[in-house]
Amino acid sequence: MTERPLKVLIAKPGLDGHDRGAKVLARGLRDEGFEVVYTGLRQTPEMIVTAALQEDVDVVGLSILSGAHMTLVPRICALLRDKGMDDVLVTVGGIIPDDDVAPLKDAGVAAVFGPGTTIAEVADFLRANARSRD
Amino acid sequence: MSETDSPAGASSADHVAVSTAERANELCDSALAGDRRALARLLTAVENRTPIAEVALRRLYPMAGRAQLIGITGPPGAGKSTLVAALIAELRRAGRPVAVVAVDPSSPITGGAVLGDRVRMQSYAADDGVFIRSMASRGHSGGLSSATTAAAAVFDAAGFDVVLIETVGTGQSEVEVAATADTTVVVEAPEMGDEIQAIKAGLLEVADLIVVNKGDRPGAHRTAGQLQAMLADTPREARPGRPAPKHPDVLVTIAATGAGVPELLAALDRHRSAARGSDGAMTRLARAESQIWAVLADRLHERARSYEAAPVAAALLAAVAAHEMDPYAAADQLLGLMAGGRSDD
Repeated sequence: MTERPLKVLIAKPGLDGHDRGAKVLARGLRDEGFEVVYTGLRQTPEMIVTAALQEDVDVVGLSILSGAHMTLVPRICALLRDKGMDDVLVTVGGIIPDDDVAPLKDAGVAAVFGPGTTIAEVADFLRANARSRD
Repeated sequence: MSETDSPAGASSADHVAVSTAERANELCDSALAGDRRALARLLTAVENRTPIAEVALRRLYPMAGRAQLIGITGPPGAGKSTLVAALIAELRRAGRPVAVVAVDPSSPITGGAVLGDRVRMQSYAADDGVFIRSMASRGHSGGLSSATTAAAAVFDAAGFDVVLIETVGTGQSEVEVAATADTTVVVEAPEMGDEIQAIKAGLLEVADLIVVNKGDRPGAHRTAGQLQAMLADTPREARPGRPAPKHPDVLVTIAATGAGVPELLAALDRHRSAARGSDGAMTRLARAESQIWAVLADRLHERARSYEAAPVAAALLAAVAAHEMDPYAAADQLLGLMAGGRSDD
């Protein structure tokens, strides 16, 4: 009926305390017309998945700079699947070595956005790939 | 329980109607059985005002009415989210299930929003007795979103003992939460202004409880004292035909440490018992009225924009813009059209 904004969770799993990028993205996606739930720093995979479930988001965007992505991201994807949320788009941003991109995609990540990605690129990708719902 | 067999040759519209009802009932069944994902989905339907939501609410509304709906309102940065987090902790200590609807503003320009209240409400991942849902105001003024009351009813029906409704950061006149909640808590920060602020009309008039948060900051107790002094002059007796004036207690909290929060919860519980009486009846009537008016306004709005009215509306818009017609006459014409258009459906 009315055009519904896409809802995106921006979360920072793990222990790195650098959330500038996540906040810039949250703000940027707001300006692109998304509803962005921001959960703050030092989230466990369980906390992120609980937030995604309660908020019924279309997209989970993970920001990781610590290097722990190969542990944290597959765990989050597995938890989402356990909860029946495999229709939620998962994206990762931050410092991710090229060699890790393919295994992350195998784990269920739709896209990895490295340094230099523009907000518009992220927004276009989400609009093109997030689930369409009732 | 619903009729699932549609007769052969049923129109596709019937099919859609049946599957909407089925889907709504499935979601209700699961949500009532404790499935949190189904509950989240129902809330999304309510927020997007889909046909599923309407069917679901017809079923859930009669089951609601047991929870205490507590509105938490006040200016940006006063500590509403932190206070909500402290109340969650206190309620969970007592084993009481609690839901939160946290509203943040939508951009009037892009429709986007940053919903940041969860940042202060963490660490309940393993606790099914806590459910936090952020909502964007989506163009609704008054401090809530248009779906907030319905979302609270869904939580109520799902068995949450307390529903905390956190408004957007409010100014002086966003008092809608008072019509939605059983108990309205106005949160102020120290040094919120002089006594003149406390005698102005608006937010403080609808408070059932006033909390001066950040009680460890200089001036907190003076602010509380000033508020108390001003409120002491509130008349005891209701004027004929008006609701009785409220006499809110003023409490001081430090939400970040939890200081004063047990006392706040005790005051909320006292208000809950009192609200079961005649004061509460007035609140419930006011809530029913505001809910019905909101739906009515929505439906009128939709009908005014509907296909049969659209060309007329466009012509009226142009006429009013060109100052060839006044807005009152244009509105009357649209109203007449809607009343007339009703007879054939």
